[in-house]
Amino acid sequence: MWNWKYAFSILPKILSALKITIGATFVAFLLALVLGLILSVLVRSKVKIVSLVVRGFSQFIKTTPLLVQLYFIFYVFPKIGISLKPFTAGVLGLGVHYSTYLSEVFRSGIESVPAGQWEVAKALNFSRSQTWMKIILPQVIPPIIPVIGNYLITMFKETPQLSAITLVEILQTAKILGASSFRYLEGFTIVGIIFLLLSYPSSQLIKKLESRLRTEN
Amino acid sequence: MEPIVSYQDVTKTYGDLKVLQDIDFNIYPGEKVALIGPSGSGKTTLARLLMTLERPDSGTIKVNGENLWQEKVNGKLVKAKEKHLHEMRKNIGMVFQHFYLFPHMNVLNNVTEAPTTVLGLSKEEAEQQAVEMLEKVGLSDKLDDYPSQLSGGQKQRVAIARALVMKPNIMLFDEPTSALDPELVGEVLDVIKEIASEDDMTMLLITHEMEFAREIADRIAFFNDGVIAEQGEPDELMNHPKTPRLQSFLSRVNS
Repeated sequence: MWNWKYAFSILPKILSALKITIGATFVAFLLALVLGLILSVLVRSKVKIVSLVVRGFSQFIKTTPLLVQLYFIFYVFPKIGISLKPFTAGVLGLGVHYSTYLSEVFRSGIESVPAGQWEVAKALNFSRSQTWMKIILPQVIPPIIPVIGNYLITMFKETPQLSAITLVEILQTAKILGASSFRYLEGFTIVGIIFLLLSYPSSQLIKKLESRLRTEN
Repeated sequence: MEPIVSYQDVTKTYGDLKVLQDIDFNIYPGEKVALIGPSGSGKTTLARLLMTLERPDSGTIKVNGENLWQEKVNGKLVKAKEKHLHEMRKNIGMVFQHFYLFPHMNVLNNVTEAPTTVLGLSKEEAEQQAVEMLEKVGLSDKLDDYPSQLSGGQKQRVAIARALVMKPNIMLFDEPTSALDPELVGEVLDVIKEIASEDDMTMLLITHEMEFAREIADRIAFFNDGVIAEQGEPDELMNHPKTPRLQSFLSRVNS
């Protein structure tokens, strides 16, 4: 059943597509981080309309499948003049989708900072942005690093969904190779192993980081 | 003499509870005023309104003769904007019951953060002033320690240094020793006594430490149910309380 010669012959092509998978993961993750932080700040806005729109937007994204959102961005947006390449559309969809989850993590982190920190900042006359940058965010970030790290791994494993909008990442590569050679076993097995080899050590690293942060506190 | 702080007809309500009712109260420059009274009587709220942490529902608060919560725009008095409040806050500093030190900074940085970020001082200048202030409160050997390594009394002393280094002319102390273990109370009161004796700073002290209040205050105001039930000179007030409420409060506290 398993043909080692064939397996090694397709390995270079799959590894070359790994660049796309990893690239998409990191760019989408960066987008999710930045947008997630913005959403978590805006949702606290005193201006009712802003917080309502933000909350509505996040709810909508969270309750619809990523795949549906990807199809929308790639196939429907061009109808209103926004034509994006598969990589861009994929990163946008994945990033925005996960920004809503990350904003929840940021929000809970922000809410766990004692109210007194905000008050003493006001008493010392820090501006709102100075309070965020110097006092609140530095207290929010270290405890949430493990959870955020886990989302990075999750987003990595979601990248095969981007194949649905024609982004040729590693799973799509294996599928294309399989379609022309009629051998699917080696390709899909290699892809599965790649995901395992990258995800498992990463999650172990995050567990270690989590226990180190816990003992530090 | 013009008051440095004046409350005129100030009311503050939380839901159904009137925490402050039509308060008229003046504080004069350099005065040390102690606020005493049962929990929930409104003394903390009085301080918080001045520190702009809460807005009064009605009435006027003036600092150095200027309206705190309103500003003049085109000759008309309107609700004060952040810029005005920021300007007014420069005169006022506050020390809180639970210290609220910045846990992610060491002692030195806790004290230099506001001068550098808010006042724009250089790192060297801020550090020099911080070291001086921390020496004054007796913590020059703790500069590199983090708040989690300090005792409650040490934390509060850092908090005092952090507030003083901003050079306010009005300092508010909201029950500075109420969260401390009894044996740590003295070191903090000593620091406050020193500040009171050498400075012509105006001080508002909310405290349950009666002997401390008697020793340090020029005037004591007794709060009860949202009003100032009695006020006067410390010895007079505490030895000869006129109102029954104050009498029972003092007897309960002294027992």
